[in-house]
Amino acid sequence: MSDQLFDDTQSRSAGRFRDSAFGRIIREPMGALGITLVALIILGALFAGYTGYNPAKLAMRDRFLDPSLSHLLGTDHLGRDLFTRVLFGARIALGVASIATGISFIGGLLLGMIAGYGPRWLDSLLLLFFDSLRSFPTVMLALALVTLTGPSLGTVILVVVLATLPGYARVVRAQTMSLKTSEFVLSARTLGARPWRILAVHIMPNLIGPLVILVSMDIPVVITIEAGMSFLGLGVRPPTPSWGSILNDGYAFIRESSWPAIAGGLPIIIATLGFTFLGETLRDHLDPRLRRDR
Amino acid sequence: MLAYALKRAGLAVIITAISLILLISMIQFIPGDPAAVLLGPLASPEMRELFKQQMGLDQPAIIQIVRFFGRVLTGDLGTDVLTNRSVLITVIEQLPYTLALIATSIGWSALLGIPLGCFAAVYRGSLADRIVGVLSVSSIALPSFVVAVYGLLLFSVRLGWFPTIGAGDTGDPLDQLYHLVLPSLAVGLGWVGYLARMVRASMLEVLSENHIRMARAFGLQERTITYQYALKIAIIPTVVILGMGVGNMISSAVFAEIVFARPGVGRLIFDAISTRNYPVVMGAVMITTGFYVLCTLVADLIAAGLDPRVRSAL
Repeated sequence: MSDQLFDDTQSRSAGRFRDSAFGRIIREPMGALGITLVALIILGALFAGYTGYNPAKLAMRDRFLDPSLSHLLGTDHLGRDLFTRVLFGARIALGVASIATGISFIGGLLLGMIAGYGPRWLDSLLLLFFDSLRSFPTVMLALALVTLTGPSLGTVILVVVLATLPGYARVVRAQTMSLKTSEFVLSARTLGARPWRILAVHIMPNLIGPLVILVSMDIPVVITIEAGMSFLGLGVRPPTPSWGSILNDGYAFIRESSWPAIAGGLPIIIATLGFTFLGETLRDHLDPRLRRDR
Repeated sequence: MLAYALKRAGLAVIITAISLILLISMIQFIPGDPAAVLLGPLASPEMRELFKQQMGLDQPAIIQIVRFFGRVLTGDLGTDVLTNRSVLITVIEQLPYTLALIATSIGWSALLGIPLGCFAAVYRGSLADRIVGVLSVSSIALPSFVVAVYGLLLFSVRLGWFPTIGAGDTGDPLDQLYHLVLPSLAVGLGWVGYLARMVRASMLEVLSENHIRMARAFGLQERTITYQYALKIAIIPTVVILGMGVGNMISSAVFAEIVFARPGVGRLIFDAISTRNYPVVMGAVMITTGFYVLCTLVADLIAAGLDPRVRSAL
C-alpha cells in the first residue's frame, strides 16, 4: 500500500509539466491551436509599434496597394499600412476585453452573492433586474445607448458589461444558494461567523473557479461586440484603428480593393476562434461539470 | 398548466415593463444632455429647450415613465421627427423584411444543423464526429458581420453570383429569395453549429435510454430508430433554444441588413441614429425587445407543455 503511494508521487513529480493544466491543454489539438492563435494576437498587440509605420499617417499615393513585403496586408483607402493598423487594433480589442470582463466579473460576483445570500425580496428584485437587462438583444442595447451618449470606448465597455454581467450574476446566485446550505457553511454559521465573513472566506473561493472559466469563454463574445460596434461606427472614433472600423473601411471600398476588407476580418476570425478553442479546452479540463453537451 | 402559463405571461409583462423603465432611466442618468447629443453641437440653446419640450425630456423621470406607458398602452409610440408619421407604422412596415430574414436563417440552419447533430451522435467518437464538433464550435464563434462582409466580397463582388444590395422585387418571391441567400447565410451560419451541438448532446442522452434499447432488441432498423424514435424526443430542448435564440438573430439581422443594404428594422434603427431620429430608435428598440420577450415566453410555454417538471420550477 505504501509502496503504491510512493510510486504514484514519483511518477507525478517526473511528469509535472505533462500533468499541469497547461501541459494537458497543449496536448489537445484544439487547445494547442487555441493557444497559438491567442499568442499571435497578444504578440501582435505587444509589438504593434515596431512595424515602421504610423497607423494613422496618410499616404495618398500608396492607396489600395496589394500585399507585398513592405506592406504585409496591403494599404487602405488612405494609404495606411493595414498590417500596422491590425496590430494596433489588437490593443483595442484586448484592452476592451480585459477591462469590460474585469468589471463584469467583479460586478457579477458581488450582485450574484447578494442575490443568493441576501433576503428573499432583494433576490427577487435583483433577478427581475437581471432578466430585464437580458431581454434586450445586445445590438439593440448598443444602438439605444449610443443614440444617447454618442459613440466612444466607454460606451462599448458599458454595453459589454450590461450584456454579460446578468449571466454571471445568475450563475453566481445559483451556486451561492446551493453552497449556503452546505455543511461547512452551516458549521461556520453555528460558530457565529458574520454573513460577510461567510461570503468572503467560505463561499467566494468556491465561486471564483467556475466564474473564471465562464468569463474566459465569453472573451470571443466581448471581442465580437467591440468589433461589431466599431463596424457600425458606434465604437472607437477614427482614426484609432479597431478591427471593426478597419473592416467597415474595407466594406465601404470593397469594389476598389479586397484587401482592406480581408485585413479587417482576418484578426477578428483569428481572435474569436483562438479564444473559443482555448476556452473550450480549458473548460473540459478544469471543470467538466460546466459541459452542457455531455 | 394554465396557472403556469398565466404566471409566466405575467412575468413577461413585468420584464417588458422593467426593461422599458431601464430604457427611460438610461436617458435620465447617463451623463450628458441627450438634446445636445441628438441635435449636434451647432444647435442653439432655444432649439435644445424646444426639443426637450417636444420630447417631454423637461419633465421629471417619473412623469416621463408614466406618460410613456400611457402612450404605449394606447399604441402610440410617438412620431417620426423627419417624416411626421407614426413610429408604430414605420416599424411595422419594416418588420416583415426582418422576420423573413430570420425565418429563412432558422430554416436553412435547422435543415443542415439537425441532421449533422444526429449524424455526430450516431457516429459518436469517430473522426467525422470530431470534425463536426470543431466546425460547430468555429461556426458559433465567427461573428455574423465578418461572414456577411466576406460572403459579399467572395460571392457578389468577386464571383458575381448573388446580388449585392436590396431585398429584391416586391412582386417576385423568387427574386426576394435570391436576395435572401447571402444575408441568411450570415445570420444562420452560427446556428448550424449551435443546433448540431444541441441535437448531438440530447441525442446522446436519448439514445442510451431504455425504449431505444427496446426498439433495437425488436430488430428495428437503425435509421428508423434514429430519426423516428430518438430524434422526436431529442428535438424538444432544441426548439426551446431556438426561441431564446431569436434575440441573437435580431442582432445578427441588424448587421446583415446594413451590409447588404436590405430594408428592415435593424437598418431602420441604424439610419434613425445617423439622422438623430430619436423617437424612431426608441420605438423600434421597444418593439424588437417586446418581440424577443414574446419569443422566449412562447419557448418557455412549449417547454412547459412538453415537460411537466418545468411548470413547478416557477
